[in-house]
Amino acid sequence: MAFTPKKQAFNARINAVTLGTGDKSIVIGGENVLPFYTFDAPIENKPKIAIEISDKGLAGIVSPGLLEFYAGCETVVDMARKAETMEGASAICLHFESADPNGDNTSVEDCVALAKAVADAITMPILVMGCKNIEKDAELFSGISEALQGKNILVLSSREENYKTVGASAGLAYNQKVGAESAVDINLAKQLNVLLSQLGVPAQSVCMNVGSSAAGYGFEYLSSTLDRVKAAALAQSDAQLQMPIVTPISPETWGVKESMSPEEESPEWGPLDERGIEMEVCTASACLVGGSDMVIMKHPAAVATIAKFIDSLM
Amino acid sequence: MALKGLDIFKLTPKKNCKECGSPTCMAFAMKVASGAVPIEKCPHMSADALASLSEATAPLMKSITVGAGATEHKLGGETVLFRHEKTLVNRNLYAVTLCSCMSADEIDAKIEEVKKVDYERIGEREYVEFLYLNYAGNGADAYVALVNKAMAAERALVLNCADADVAKAALDVCKAAKPILNGASKDNLDAMNAAATAAGVTLGVTGADISEIYDNIKALEGKGNKNLIIDCTGADAKQTFANAVMVRRGNLKDQDRSLGYPSIVNLAKIAEGDLHMQTALAAAFTLRYGSIIVMEKMTYAEALALYGLRQNIFTDPQKPMKVEPGIYALNGADENSVCSLTVDFALTYFLVSGEYERSKCPVNLLITDASGMSVLTAWAAGKFSAGTIKKFFDENDIENKIKSRTLIIPGKVAVMKGEIEAKLPGWNVVVGPMEAVQLVKFIKDYTA
Repeated sequence: MAFTPKKQAFNARINAVTLGTGDKSIVIGGENVLPFYTFDAPIENKPKIAIEISDKGLAGIVSPGLLEFYAGCETVVDMARKAETMEGASAICLHFESADPNGDNTSVEDCVALAKAVADAITMPILVMGCKNIEKDAELFSGISEALQGKNILVLSSREENYKTVGASAGLAYNQKVGAESAVDINLAKQLNVLLSQLGVPAQSVCMNVGSSAAGYGFEYLSSTLDRVKAAALAQSDAQLQMPIVTPISPETWGVKESMSPEEESPEWGPLDERGIEMEVCTASACLVGGSDMVIMKHPAAVATIAKFIDSLM
Repeated sequence: MALKGLDIFKLTPKKNCKECGSPTCMAFAMKVASGAVPIEKCPHMSADALASLSEATAPLMKSITVGAGATEHKLGGETVLFRHEKTLVNRNLYAVTLCSCMSADEIDAKIEEVKKVDYERIGEREYVEFLYLNYAGNGADAYVALVNKAMAAERALVLNCADADVAKAALDVCKAAKPILNGASKDNLDAMNAAATAAGVTLGVTGADISEIYDNIKALEGKGNKNLIIDCTGADAKQTFANAVMVRRGNLKDQDRSLGYPSIVNLAKIAEGDLHMQTALAAAFTLRYGSIIVMEKMTYAEALALYGLRQNIFTDPQKPMKVEPGIYALNGADENSVCSLTVDFALTYFLVSGEYERSKCPVNLLITDASGMSVLTAWAAGKFSAGTIKKFFDENDIENKIKSRTLIIPGKVAVMKGEIEAKLPGWNVVVGPMEAVQLVKFIKDYTA
């Protein structure tokens, strides 16, 4: 008796969203099966990797692998150019950490100038990540969206508290793509998408960030949220959850003890860089298998591995 | 479950005798249908009814026990495809490869390396549970020598040996330890089946593709062997992933019991020499249906990430992860260091302790028993109140153990400040920040 596995391709699809312009533009989403279930139906657009670069440049980076990769880079623009050459990279994610009013409090004007300089220097699609301060991010995203009109960037992210400002400027006025960020809860994710659509932002301009965490640090909430969002989007054809998912990996994984504790403190753990890479690889892989259509990473070794991982499963 | 409660009810005696522990036959039938109680609990079922029901109400996926004594492990027994649907039952386990082609010194060195990674994370022992012994075709003596060395390592064993005669020789020395014998395929099915059943061990079965695997399982089941594990390893990562998903989905969703066995995925084979890739794949198979994940190595760097992921994924969504209540001295804190109070919810503990560690300021982190709830939930449920905090201080003798009289409480329960001060006279209660991320700045400013 031969075995014929039942296929499980769905009638519903994840929205295909284009980022960037020209030759280097990319499409994320578009699939009608669970992540990497190519045996059910072909997946047209493989998941992508965006490279995180901090606006602080190399300041504060301790990873020897990262320092080596960016050796010789003097400015953030140099780093962005270099990041484009990273094996497996499809987009560049500018992380405006220094804009935080409780930190360096870099002005919106300076951030916009930097974004513009980077945009002029590179051809890959650009993602912009804020500093998590709601008011500052809203100003920052409006400024950058205006300055980078026509570049088709993705801003990360609008949240429940500032979706009106961010959605209206980035999504409506300047025609950029809007990230909708919620905290590991399918209902909150859906609610924010509904709010953005009521504001008039087209569903095809929205990507979701349904939360992020490092493996071992409450990752079960993220994993189950990803599983549930994909199930609702595909099996139940919930149009308000069919936006592709973009998940920041490196901002989480390089901040946990496993990736930060110096080798002298726990010698048996081995070199710090290796721990950071494994943490980034493990978390990124688990997110992709759960349903992320794009992951944001930073270490060249981790990026190369995840690119190979994606290719090997497609 | 294929059977509905009503179908089962029709076969019960309908006497409502309560001998099964349920108030009525109907209630009993419903419980059987949901898998909560076995049908055998009813003493009045006819033999015919029992036979027809026990097959239909048996769990879709078998639970297999391998190893013996300290190395005993349970595999399989899953009832759902995704953890949010109910819970995942048996976490995936890790194996590291050894080969009969290695010299005695190489084998010893690798076993020592495997033993180095052995630590505890939130009440769970994290280590490599299995040694995966590859047979390189160099004779039974070399293989038995390898098995003997591996037996001394206090790990469960997988014998990956497709030569039934060599397998028999190996099983003669290790069958009491209940290893898994892996390597049955269509060419050696009968001989391997005989070797495994004679030794009473679980047999690993594979095939060139999913339909050949299926045929082999059917053939073995036909011979009465249902003590099986499915080796889903294919030619590459893509085929292996497809096999693992199709086997588990065919079992739990499409209700094919012949696919209801745990799985082996051999990453040392499909990503040979690439440790980072093995980590990526191991994470993928943690989520998608690998029961035993075979690696070339398990370094601390891999373990910290992979075991953390596994512990998260295999938590019961209905039971929160908890850490032990008590005093956690961080950054070399002593009796004069400030105290900071929070709940025993594992995620809260990790975030708070992580931030404090980053601050490098010595702090005595006090973890109270709040039944594993987060700060606000515990407060709302009365599990985190001035009363429970006072009880915690008394039980742990904090007054005498710690000389500092500064107690930082979470910003979210600032309202408790007055009550705590009333219950703990002499303590200076300080309201901390709302979120853990603000702790570094807070504690630096405070202790400056």
